[in-house]
Amino acid sequence: MSWRLWVPLFAFALFVGLAAYQLTQPKDEFVQSRMVGEELPYFELPPAMDGVEGVSNASFADGQPRLLNIWASWCLPCIAEAPHLESLKEQGAEIVGVAIRDRPEDVARFLAQHGNPYSRIGRDDLSEVQLAIGSSGVPETFVIDGSGVIRHQHIGDIRADDVPRLLAELEKAR
Amino acid sequence: MIRPLVVSFILMLAFPLAAQQSMPPAPYAYRQLDDPVQEAAAQDLMETLRCLKCQSQSIADSDAPMAGDMRHQVRIRIAAGESPDQIRGWLTQRYGDYVSYKPVVSATTWPLFAIPILLLALAGGVLLGRYRRRA
Repeated sequence: MSWRLWVPLFAFALFVGLAAYQLTQPKDEFVQSRMVGEELPYFELPPAMDGVEGVSNASFADGQPRLLNIWASWCLPCIAEAPHLESLKEQGAEIVGVAIRDRPEDVARFLAQHGNPYSRIGRDDLSEVQLAIGSSGVPETFVIDGSGVIRHQHIGDIRADDVPRLLAELEKAR
Repeated sequence: MIRPLVVSFILMLAFPLAAQQSMPPAPYAYRQLDDPVQEAAAQDLMETLRCLKCQSQSIADSDAPMAGDMRHQVRIRIAAGESPDQIRGWLTQRYGDYVSYKPVVSATTWPLFAIPILLLALAGGVLLGRYRRRA
């Protein structure tokens, strides 16, 4: 029997092996923003409720690094994230909020219940800012440096062990 | 008898989604453009853009609010005179090729296009060899 007869079998075994390996790999459903390293695009959002200031890209370019938190009152992980945003704020981080598809009364109720860590909150009814900075869900948090350049993206809710990491990213962006 | 049925029906309702939709959809999420040529161009483009929330659907197929917001962007940009390729470029600049369903030949995807041609050529070669041997 010629050795050539075995070639298709080996090719098949290789294919099965590759497929089996890929099946055991954890699935990564996160869509990374390509805007990390780029300047914030132009935007101007009205305040998300009475008594807060709105957000524009110009709110960022004053030399101080900030966190830009994309969230919504209807988003359940945002509730889990709230205490960690509070602790980031206590440790000196300035957090700017963008509320996605949200009503002022819902925003006010959420903040009354879970605390308000934000220095400003913009109202993004059409996900315009979210799309412009390459974010694909809520919550997401971006580190913006003092010249308005996006330095880091955190996808999903912030957990306790993400707090020091984000503080370090803020320090790096200084 | 009726009560468990009612309770299970209520449990079936997706409340977080309902909350997301307490806001009206974006103006052009479900409204077509007045110009049929522009609307056709927008529709073609929307069918080849991935919904980021529901990753196996195009934004034309998805009822996720974010897909509606993306359709709104596509339609107002087409109406403002942008070309479909410009809009696709705007999105891939933000989300990478992942957001587009339109296949492109690139540094990572060229084997997908090259391998079938290679295999066809190989099969042709083998067949030709066999015919010659028989003749």
